[in-house]
Amino acid sequence: MENRALNLLDEALGLGYQTDPWPLRGRVVLIEDCVETSGCFVLHQLLKRTLSSQSPNNTVIFLAFSHPLSHYDRILRKLGCNLVAQRENGRFFFFDMLKLLCPDEKEERNGKGGFISLYWKIQNTIRALPENNKNHATIMIDDMSLMEVAAHGSSDHVLDFMHYCHTLTSELGCSLITLNHEDIYTSMERLAFMLQIKYLVDVLIKAEPLATGLAADVHGQLTVLNWGFCNVKGSSNNKISNFHFKVKENSVEYFYPGTRT
Amino acid sequence: MAESMCRTLRDGSLEGEQAPALTIKDITASPFGFHVFSHVLSQLSSFILASKSQSRGIVIVAFSRSPSFYVDLLKRRGIDVNSSHKWIQILDCYSDPLGWKYQLMGSGNCMDVSHETPSNLSRVCKDVKDLDKLYSMILELGKGLVGQGKDRFSVAIDSVNEMLRHASTPTVAGLLSNLRSHEQISSIFWLLHSDLHEVKVTSALEYLSSVVASVEPLHQTAGGKRGDLENLSLLEQNIGKGKLQVRFKRRNGRVRVVNEGFHIDQSNSNFTSVLSEDGLVNQINQSLLPKVQFDLELSEKERIDRAKVVLPFEHQGNGEPIHIYDGRRSLTESKTEATLSSSGNSQKTDSGEGEIIYFRDSDDEMPDSDEDPDDDLDI
Repeated sequence: MENRALNLLDEALGLGYQTDPWPLRGRVVLIEDCVETSGCFVLHQLLKRTLSSQSPNNTVIFLAFSHPLSHYDRILRKLGCNLVAQRENGRFFFFDMLKLLCPDEKEERNGKGGFISLYWKIQNTIRALPENNKNHATIMIDDMSLMEVAAHGSSDHVLDFMHYCHTLTSELGCSLITLNHEDIYTSMERLAFMLQIKYLVDVLIKAEPLATGLAADVHGQLTVLNWGFCNVKGSSNNKISNFHFKVKENSVEYFYPGTRT
Repeated sequence: MAESMCRTLRDGSLEGEQAPALTIKDITASPFGFHVFSHVLSQLSSFILASKSQSRGIVIVAFSRSPSFYVDLLKRRGIDVNSSHKWIQILDCYSDPLGWKYQLMGSGNCMDVSHETPSNLSRVCKDVKDLDKLYSMILELGKGLVGQGKDRFSVAIDSVNEMLRHASTPTVAGLLSNLRSHEQISSIFWLLHSDLHEVKVTSALEYLSSVVASVEPLHQTAGGKRGDLENLSLLEQNIGKGKLQVRFKRRNGRVRVVNEGFHIDQSNSNFTSVLSEDGLVNQINQSLLPKVQFDLELSEKERIDRAKVVLPFEHQGNGEPIHIYDGRRSLTESKTEATLSSSGNSQKTDSGEGEIIYFRDSDDEMPDSDEDPDDDLDI
């Protein structure tokens, strides 16, 4: 029951009351975390929320660069969502990209060929969806920094790939949700890559440790920045929101600073 | 100075001169460059439609948004895109910049592109790395609008960053410079996210332009990105608002810098200049003043108080009898003086008006008047 209730994250993303059209339709969401505070749980929550029975037309195409399906299946099962069943229903497509990290074929040496065929796979998957679901696909990438590794360090290939995913958001109304780590982009060259991604982004979710240091009951804070608020008519007026969170075994608690001791 | 920016583009180029070029640049702290870009675009479009501008048509080189986005944008602002007179063309470098989709189509898996705009408005460029081809495509589209004659057209490029990602700085600068020098191009403007490149790249592009409009956050934070998020209220103030600094470079080398604030309307992403808004102007003025230890500005209360002060002889000529204080208290004055002395001087401050209290030491002293003191004597 608890997870059905409206939480602060859903509210900040505008997922609250309206599910049709899907509020994240055509938008790009970036979850940014750091070593001290992992943002994976946001991805899990969004995955669960996207596949929930409230929005039966949604489909998820999951590009896993960091963990295999069994890992996500275990976590999502605890959250009350059966990924294997969803996959059989044709609502969840899992692309195991762990192998892309060490491509065997010669033409994929530079990583570029791999991304082109990956994009083709995504496009064909969306094309093959039933008519009702075509405009409700969500592409999720679980670790953008590992994409760069897959591209053998060429951030340009990653940006090309992201650009093509972005064209899917505007042409077919897909949404794109990615996770990235902030603290590995410190030098100028690498910073430019991250900034370039940020210019694509409509919603930025930042997971950080508390500014005041460690606390037993608070695991960190989330800041949701809705940059893309100008592009969507009648979107929520929450342009920016900040709240604390506590990750529990089968749910996450969100609360405003100061409302919990 | 959004308006004069648009006017510069509207007026176009003189015979034998390079076309005026506008760089719109922004940074992640205030990423509203695209809003400025679309404002300029729609202004220029309405000028073209009303035949008020030198250019007769516009070619949009779309790198970061789809052609249908631009068609929607212009329609939303009440600009007739499908008018009988053909005036707009979009070079689509967004949908398939590297030909991936084309290759997929070639392999037999055709994708229906039902969401695309009618092809008479846009044309897809499948290889953005080839800037020579891009140049000739821009010219081809422009000439398709205005013909081969003397008529001119404008060019809008929505992301130079994408160009710089696919090609080197000298080739991109070469393309822009070639476009500027082309005799049929009336004006050109482009958008640049300046923090994605080194300073030298940004300045190289600024040298190419006659007007540089840079979007800056209203409130600068000293710290890095992390500091930004820690200071949430600052960040909130910077959302939807900003400062636009426009640098005009005249032909004779004179440079004029104008500051202006703007805010973006939430409902229809309008770009509104708020030069009249006092707070903003004060803020900008203050940033222009040299840093001094003491306060040179008057507060609002001080300004009102100053306005209330009646200067000597100021009342003269407005119908009231002219009083010139002669140092002797008149009868009425001595009455008020009597009440005053009984209730103490503190009351005097409540009247809100200043008064000079002066007692003549002796009758020998000359009164403060230029009339003859012995005038009434009957000698």
